[in-house]
Amino acid sequence: MNKVTLSGVDMTYVNKSGEIPALVDIFLNIKTEEFVSLLGPSGCGKSTILSLIAGMLRPSKGQILIDGEPVIGTSPKVGYMLQHDHLLEWRDIRRNTYLGLEVRGLADKEHCRHADELLIRYGLGGFMNRYPSELSGGMRQRAALVRTLALEPEVVLLDEPFSALDYQTRLTLEEEVATILKQEHKTVILVTHDIAEAIAMSDRIIVLSARPGTVKAEYTIELSGKNNSPFAARQAPEFREYFKEIWSVLEEGHATVR
Amino acid sequence: MQQSVKKKSHFYSGWLRRGAVSEIHGEYLEQIRKREIMIVTYQVLIGLIFLVFWEIGARMGWIDPFITSQPSKVLETIVSLFNSGKLWIHIWTTVWETAVGFLLGTVGGSLIAILLWWSKWVADILEPYIVILNSVPKVALGPVFIVWLGSGTPAILMMALAISVIVTVMMVFNGFNEVNPDTIKLMHSFGASRQQILAKVVLPATFPTMIAALKVNLGLSLVGTIVGEFLVSKEGLGYLIVYGGQVFNMSLVMASVIILCIVAALLYYSVTFLEKRLIHWK
Repeated sequence: MNKVTLSGVDMTYVNKSGEIPALVDIFLNIKTEEFVSLLGPSGCGKSTILSLIAGMLRPSKGQILIDGEPVIGTSPKVGYMLQHDHLLEWRDIRRNTYLGLEVRGLADKEHCRHADELLIRYGLGGFMNRYPSELSGGMRQRAALVRTLALEPEVVLLDEPFSALDYQTRLTLEEEVATILKQEHKTVILVTHDIAEAIAMSDRIIVLSARPGTVKAEYTIELSGKNNSPFAARQAPEFREYFKEIWSVLEEGHATVR
Repeated sequence: MQQSVKKKSHFYSGWLRRGAVSEIHGEYLEQIRKREIMIVTYQVLIGLIFLVFWEIGARMGWIDPFITSQPSKVLETIVSLFNSGKLWIHIWTTVWETAVGFLLGTVGGSLIAILLWWSKWVADILEPYIVILNSVPKVALGPVFIVWLGSGTPAILMMALAISVIVTVMMVFNGFNEVNPDTIKLMHSFGASRQQILAKVVLPATFPTMIAALKVNLGLSLVGTIVGEFLVSKEGLGYLIVYGGQVFNMSLVMASVIILCIVAALLYYSVTFLEKRLIHWK
């Protein structure tokens, strides 16, 4: 069953000097509980696709459907995670995870308790009353994930959530986030420009061309012994083959840009 | 003899090293504490030397005490002001006028900044007017306020308000615009309204800027109050200064200026104290 569908989507930005086509004729089908990565050079419109699915932008042409229904604005069905955690410095971790609930008018006992449970389940139980400045980068990003999950979204959009972290933290967090999102049965769309990260985490990778973004290639990732673990995935014998293949496709794009 | 000197320096060094966890830590503590003590010593010394030379200079006739006054006379004046009971009236007048101008300027300025943030349309239209108002020396408006509000307290408050309000608008509005656009994007992804973004993100994020504006405002309101008192008043430190100047009583002028310095410092530190209490998350 298709959870998210983009059919014939065009996106054109306008400014004083004219118009900039960001996306041209995008068709995408993302299945329920699938983990899909969007990979492409910077400025190819990857993040624009996420903003469109989140209902924060309207496409210039075409249609976006979630569960078969057109997206007309932001919806509690979709959770968005950005590159930085954007935890509010003046709120402790617990009150930070309530932020989305408060905005949506859902900060009742039941939902708040659920958020607390998520914090405890994902190793932040002892930090609920701490302020963000007291937490490490990895923990902060985990708290941001809990803030997203507290709203119980069915689709989670990840906009390069690991790119601001150091390598070690990044690998650990990839592992944790992949596990958590599988456990919670989420449909996930990850935007990244890290090929290895995309291969390690995804069921499917969609490669976009340089601006204006179009779907250039698509790979279904099957790795032996992966078992939903990005870390194990990196050890799989097929990993290098995928990497080489995707690398060469992205390089082609690079050549045409110059 | 030798023994006792050594022992004494040992004791001093031990006190400087109190709380040390190791030899190196002790040396480090001794060094930074010595430095702190030296700094305070020099600070006090400079003030003392200045006062001593001022007093000696006036007594020896190097400077003319009729024009410069002298510390002993200044102290005498302060004591007699205090004894006459008028000192507190003058201080209180200046403090409350400053406080009212300061509160009006801060609250009013912040409200205008919120309006400008709320409507980019209004902000763009008003921009040149705000820039002009900011660069006009507000003191030049003094006579206007006197004609409009009479020569009394309202004109003084208006002066204090006029000097502080535009700066507040500019500082707070800039603070609003420095809020990370991605944090606002995050709020949008939750479907937040403009009011929610203001209340939950923009205002609290700008809180430290507002406190910084308070500090600037306090100084500016004091300027406004003193200028206002120069122009119209019957009491307050500004009045004392102008009156002292007119009757050529320089001891009164100097005494008032010194009291004003103390009042300004106390007001400034009270805001710093408030800042530490209110911004607890850092």
